[in-house]
Amino acid sequence: MCLAIPGQVVNIVPEQPLLAKVDVGGVRRNVNVGLLEDAAVQPGDWVLIHVGFALSKIGEEEARDQLRMLRAMGEDELAMEEVRGYRFSEEGDPG
Amino acid sequence: MKYVDEFRDPELIARAAQEIARTAEPSRHYRIMEVCGGHTHAIYRHGLRDVLPENIELVHGPGCPVCVLPTGRVDDGLAIAQHPGAILTCFGDMLRVPGTKGTPLELKARGADIRMVYSPLDALRLAVDNPKRHVCFFAIGFETTAPSTALTLLRAQELGLRNFSVFCNHVTIVPAMRAILDSPGMRIDGFVGPGHVSSITGCRPYEFVARDYGKPVAVAGFEPLDILEAIIMVLRQLRAGEAKVENQYRRIVPWEGNPVALRAMARVFELRPYFEWRGLGFISQSALKLNASFAQWDAEVQFELPGIRVTDPKAAQCGEVLKGVLKPHQCKLFAKECNPEHPIGALMVSSEGACAAYYRYAHRGDPVSA
Amino acid sequence: MTTIERPPPRVRFDDAQIEMSHGAGGKASRRLVEGLIAPLFANAVLAKLSDAAALSLGGAAYATTADSFVVKPLRFPGGSIGELAVNGTVNDLAVSGARAEALMAAFILEAGLPTTTLRAEVEAMAEAASRAGVAIVGGDTKVVEHGACDGMYVTTFGVGKIDGRLTLDPRSVRTGDRVLLSGPIGDHGITILLARGELDLEADLSSDTRSVWPYVSALLDTCADSVRWMRDPTRGGVATSLNELARDSGLGIVLYEEAVPLRREVRGACEILGLDPLHIANEGQFLAIVAERDADRALAAVRAVAGGEGATLIGEVRAEPARQVLGISAYGGTRVIDMLVGDPLPRIC
Repeated sequence: MCLAIPGQVVNIVPEQPLLAKVDVGGVRRNVNVGLLEDAAVQPGDWVLIHVGFALSKIGEEEARDQLRMLRAMGEDELAMEEVRGYRFSEEGDPG
Repeated sequence: MKYVDEFRDPELIARAAQEIARTAEPSRHYRIMEVCGGHTHAIYRHGLRDVLPENIELVHGPGCPVCVLPTGRVDDGLAIAQHPGAILTCFGDMLRVPGTKGTPLELKARGADIRMVYSPLDALRLAVDNPKRHVCFFAIGFETTAPSTALTLLRAQELGLRNFSVFCNHVTIVPAMRAILDSPGMRIDGFVGPGHVSSITGCRPYEFVARDYGKPVAVAGFEPLDILEAIIMVLRQLRAGEAKVENQYRRIVPWEGNPVALRAMARVFELRPYFEWRGLGFISQSALKLNASFAQWDAEVQFELPGIRVTDPKAAQCGEVLKGVLKPHQCKLFAKECNPEHPIGALMVSSEGACAAYYRYAHRGDPVSA
Repeated sequence: MTTIERPPPRVRFDDAQIEMSHGAGGKASRRLVEGLIAPLFANAVLAKLSDAAALSLGGAAYATTADSFVVKPLRFPGGSIGELAVNGTVNDLAVSGARAEALMAAFILEAGLPTTTLRAEVEAMAEAASRAGVAIVGGDTKVVEHGACDGMYVTTFGVGKIDGRLTLDPRSVRTGDRVLLSGPIGDHGITILLARGELDLEADLSSDTRSVWPYVSALLDTCADSVRWMRDPTRGGVATSLNELARDSGLGIVLYEEAVPLRREVRGACEILGLDPLHIANEGQFLAIVAERDADRALAAVRAVAGGEGATLIGEVRAEPARQVLGISAYGGTRVIDMLVGDPLPRIC
């Protein structure tokens, strides 16, 4: 229902503390940060943008955790396959 | 693009798909509702149905604010555009939504001053720049968008702006979920919860779904890996016989939501006793209006609006599709009288409506699934 | 190969009035042309509904085309209405296999238009024509009242001799053929969207307006007999052009989504605005369907021309899904890629 997209804060707009210039894939726009706690953003922060407002800061840690978990998912199965493949080549499989 | 590309990684998608296949019991048919239209759009856009086993059916929920907006409300908004000196502003999504006398784009082509804005603040600025005109913002959206409207109104109040108003059509998702859960034909096993709404509301509002209805909920992001991981969460709960609310979208969604946004909403809005949802009917306490202290910016107070209720043709089976009883292509009008160029029912109206997404992205001529 | 029997297209146009979408190059435009205009002008040349009409004059085959240009703003990064008016018509001829030999230009000017603006556009046209090696040999000028048009509109008409080695026909397209795209998509449409200023977005992006003839010419010199179909994907974008091909050939076009070349900024803008880059207009690219056996040579030939380095094979022709364009992602997800409906509108949902 709501298109929102991650962007990186480039700078806070001078004399407008509630506005931050945000970059999305090389496209920049001023975004209102008044919905963030204490409007606290710094250059380099990643925020989620919706209709010209930053809805939340993006948690780098959480994103990493999630990807780590996804990578681990099925790791057991992959390890098994690898073992099986290994044995195969020991038996003289040309491939 | 950071936080986008990693979550579209083909290898991880393949792994998540394998995990789904392992977790789903082959003998069971699963119906999982993605509540949010953004999810519906992403599922079709990324072809996620192709990586899911056949016994997992995704049911497209009511989370499309454009789709659920009754035609009568569109007419009311367009009536504002007919007032001399008025500029009606709206998001691009609204421009092709038909009222009884045509779409906003058609009215604009006939001379009405209707302009597209990207942000409600753009509408506000238009009012500041055009002090002799009245600028009305046609507000739509769920809790994701409502705080932006709230902040814009607070700013208008601060500026003492007299030539600005908001036609408020903000709706809230939880009552709609409850309406679906209470409907007699409902056959949903679990929910993929709306991630961006939850960035504002947090995860607590869904607790009743697990507690009172025994259905799992996984609040999810919008990239392919987010949606697949949420499906895994729901399947694991079902397998373990559990029902709880899980947060897949932790990088964005705090469990308690966004307190600043919730406070801003509380200052500006109040709940309407009831509101009509296209396809679902009247749902109590499911929408927001401006509270009395913002009456001078409330278009419903400032303008005399027709307020005439317009019902959808009976043949359009939007409600059945919303409840998961019918798939979009099983509706009698699908791709015939009702298509994206000439939508008849709610779900064909916006590109994230279940029927429009299905029409646009799904393989036409698919065999009808169970 | 089986030939595909096509019923004559029967399109009805019963819209009560002209809307903006009828000019957006997508489905509505197609309905207007096929449902109202073509049936009344009924003739065999027009019935083909290609970008340029092929005429046989004195034993030689000529391509002729006319195109009107209305753009706001008149000038934008990378180009202007004058350049578009020349390149657009040169390109319509190029994708018909013809090098532009002569152009004519008709102007509709709004009273009050500064002469400097007009002069700048005429200069831009002269430069673009000189770059494309074509002369503008005639034209017409009309002035309308202030407010009756948006500064200036330009219509150009062009003629060129069709390369005799070439037969372009959607019905000659075969399964296994490859889809060649000359470079990154969406630059023009996104540049214009940003240049209008309504969205307050900034990016280092400029229109791709240019003549595609040098690339087409290289392609034809390499493997003219393997080129089955060409199109410049302007309004409506790559998706609309390929849907027209799918419909006219009766075959399915499969796109490898990750292979479609796209600048970072175009992608960024599309992600923010919820647009599909495949629906965004281009003014300096072309699509060609090339027989599989020559696809790699064709690609090398286009890439060897300066400015053609971004050319890519983005897909192939298959029997299924018939009359549709299908996108396939790296992980095997598929979606139907439809024609554009109306103008591409930014969305928040």
